[in-house]
Amino acid sequence: MNKNYMVSLIAVITLFLIAYVGTQQGAGLQMVFGIIVPYLAIILFIVGFARRVMGWARSAVPFRITTTCGQQPSLPWFKQAKIDNPSCTLGVVARMFLEIVCFRSLFRNTRMKLKGGPHLTYQLELFLWIGALAFHYAFFTVVLRHLRFFTEPVPFFVTILENVDGFMRMEVLYDAVQQGLPGVYMSGLVLLAAALYLFLRRVMIPQVRYISLAADFFPLFLIMGIALSGIFMRYLSKVDIVAIKELTMGLVTFRPTIPEGISGLFFAHLFLVSVLLAYFPFSKLMHLGGIFLSPTRNMTGNTRQVRHVNPWNYPVKVHTYEEYEDDFREKMVEAGLPVVKMPEEQA
Amino acid sequence: MKDKNKILAGLVIFIAAITFPFWFNLGKAAPAPELVLTAKAQAAKTCVMSKEFMTTNHMQLLDVWRHNVVRGSERMFTNPDGKSFDMSLSNTCLDCHSNKADFCDRCHNYASVSPYCWDCHIDNPKGE
Repeated sequence: MNKNYMVSLIAVITLFLIAYVGTQQGAGLQMVFGIIVPYLAIILFIVGFARRVMGWARSAVPFRITTTCGQQPSLPWFKQAKIDNPSCTLGVVARMFLEIVCFRSLFRNTRMKLKGGPHLTYQLELFLWIGALAFHYAFFTVVLRHLRFFTEPVPFFVTILENVDGFMRMEVLYDAVQQGLPGVYMSGLVLLAAALYLFLRRVMIPQVRYISLAADFFPLFLIMGIALSGIFMRYLSKVDIVAIKELTMGLVTFRPTIPEGISGLFFAHLFLVSVLLAYFPFSKLMHLGGIFLSPTRNMTGNTRQVRHVNPWNYPVKVHTYEEYEDDFREKMVEAGLPVVKMPEEQA
Repeated sequence: MKDKNKILAGLVIFIAAITFPFWFNLGKAAPAPELVLTAKAQAAKTCVMSKEFMTTNHMQLLDVWRHNVVRGSERMFTNPDGKSFDMSLSNTCLDCHSNKADFCDRCHNYASVSPYCWDCHIDNPKGE
């Protein structure tokens, strides 16, 4: 038991229940959870995101602090690691692209171990990298796929994505449990499984548990809640998709409506998504924008070829050694100190 | 730093991308599709289950029907009201809803769903 994740879990369950109960018949807060909250959330997301990034843009980057993960450019017979120690913009672009798309720095994750003796060994530890890749790509696919609710007509790439994502078929037809929607979207299930893995990893590994805060668990639970409610709606409890699309299309065309017959589960799902969007700019989730500005990755490692002057350096009045010697030459010669120019030459 | 413009450009691209649904649908109203019921469907008044059940669960019902017919060779479906129907897409569903283009397809296109019913079944079994 750990208060960090218990608090987060309780928070997410409470949020879910607030929206679920608030939109039941009688409570009648559909207007709030279906129109007002989503609009506020998207405004908060965009404005908050832009402010955060512009704040980063304003902050000082005096010197290059690139991490060099390979041989720097040197004498011609040393092979330079062009991507891991880039000395030109093309190399930086390649490095950033691979970092953003393949998470290369997670791939380098190692684990220290004492292997039956005094020798410390390091071994590759790839599960975090695999989990993170599965999680992020599944989430990206899920987000893109949801464009079918926000566009009319649905663009071709969304349809293609749906067909690829949903090419598996599954039926569970027992009397007790019936899941009779054969087209299964893999991304939703992978998203849930990966989020669950990333959560268990934080709880099971003592060192990771020690550094995990409520701010790490809350988004994970939120995303698990979103995935679970989405999967539940699609495969088990069933909702009126056409009415839901009427609502979402109303939102994006600025003609908001609340059609009849939308279940509370959908409002709870939408509310969790709104909370995620609103929470995003104030949280660690800003690594979405932050990864592009990682100062250890997005600069060329050319500190030995180019002189980088701190941009706000003011001109410092200096007293060079030559001037110093001019001032004290006679005294230095008297004291027997070596001088560069002898006084006779000066005369 | 002189990177401010680059960051601003990236931010503008990002915001343009996430607001895609807003400008993609700009100036378009996308009302929910209206279904056309054939005279026969209107005369029948009720479907095999209630209208609310059918809007949300018809895909599962059809899947269970297929399973029961193909795997269990069980052809009769009895609804909670005690009425019995032949479990058949072609002979029961399409008997009333013979207008696939104005009934099935409207919602399916709107929700971007492409059911594979029509991979095997023809949509007009009576050949009208």
